[in-house]
Amino acid sequence: MAQSLAKEFTKGLWAEIPPFRLVLGLCPVLAVTKTVENGIGMGVATTFVLVFANLLISLLRNVIPSKVRIACYIVIIATFVTIVELVMQAYTYELFLKLGIFIPLIVVNCIVLGRAEAFASKNGPALSVADGLGIGIGFTLSLAALGAVREILGAGTITIWGGNPVFEMGPAFHPFAFMVEAPGAFVALGLMLAIMNLIGSK
Amino acid sequence: MEFFEIFIAGVFINNILLAQFLGNCPFLGTSKKMETAVGMAMAVIFVLVMAGMITWIVDTYLLKALDVEYLRTVSFILVIASLVQFVEMFLKKSIPGLYAGLGIFLPLITTNCAVMGACLLNISKEYSFLSALVSSFSYAVGFGLALILFAGVRERINLARVPKPLQDTSIGLVTAGIIALTFMSFKGMV
Repeated sequence: MAQSLAKEFTKGLWAEIPPFRLVLGLCPVLAVTKTVENGIGMGVATTFVLVFANLLISLLRNVIPSKVRIACYIVIIATFVTIVELVMQAYTYELFLKLGIFIPLIVVNCIVLGRAEAFASKNGPALSVADGLGIGIGFTLSLAALGAVREILGAGTITIWGGNPVFEMGPAFHPFAFMVEAPGAFVALGLMLAIMNLIGSK
Repeated sequence: MEFFEIFIAGVFINNILLAQFLGNCPFLGTSKKMETAVGMAMAVIFVLVMAGMITWIVDTYLLKALDVEYLRTVSFILVIASLVQFVEMFLKKSIPGLYAGLGIFLPLITTNCAVMGACLLNISKEYSFLSALVSSFSYAVGFGLALILFAGVRERINLARVPKPLQDTSIGLVTAGIIALTFMSFKGMV
């Protein structure tokens, strides 16, 4: 049991890491990764929704009629997204403003619905939570990595939660604003995907 | 004049795919062939305009009137999901030609964040009903324009020799970045 739990958890970190291996849920990936901080915030919010939606759906999997299951899943997911939205508005208001409409849009993030349909609807609660947590942490890591690439190249620094930058390029480095703009997001993600393919193919 | 500005801004400057990053899954998923790209673009224009109108009415006369705006996320996704289902049944019965043309793309639109995103943007910008209608239409046209342009480029890429790790999605994303760069030059037009 512990072994299979560990297996479901770790597969989200490399073998099925979203959005690289499963090319799903690209919109928040591209939109909020201007900085590492936004990426982590979005990742944590999505992880919360993934874990609890997976848990509830797996508990209710024998009750929900299969014909209307997608509608039921969406309502469950939307409920948890609303919880996240209200909590973030109350406690992390600045981050809430920066992420903007991408918080309510977690509802239509295909990763969340995908895990509900592909995993939680067929497995028990403990495994589903492990799966949600693994995929969620994998998603957070990806967002943070992409955010780091874009922030370093686009701004030359990494700043997390105010205060002094935790990382700074030397004075000779001239940041190119292209990376924090929209096109930079596409190009950076495309090249990171290529690097993942290169490592994976060996 | 105001509507014209909203329209131009929606299609070019705030292009929903390339500047706002909404609806990227179908953007990459359905752009491998021109035919599927046109089908998806049509389906989005159809559903987005209707969803824009209905969510505006729901938001103004139900959520704001009853002071339950925190239910916005849940109610919008339900409106969109049932709208898609309804449109599907209606088209199947009355306009079978269009239904066959749209095919699989219609049910997929429920999880297209461009639809939900555009509706939320309309509300957050506090548009009037007509402005919301124009802006929904312009977002949908912008989506279609970017998707069809991208599909054209991608069909051409299929003929080119691409290094193995860059193939498929990876080169697609880089191409999308270059197209987004051209759309950036529309900034400052209005």
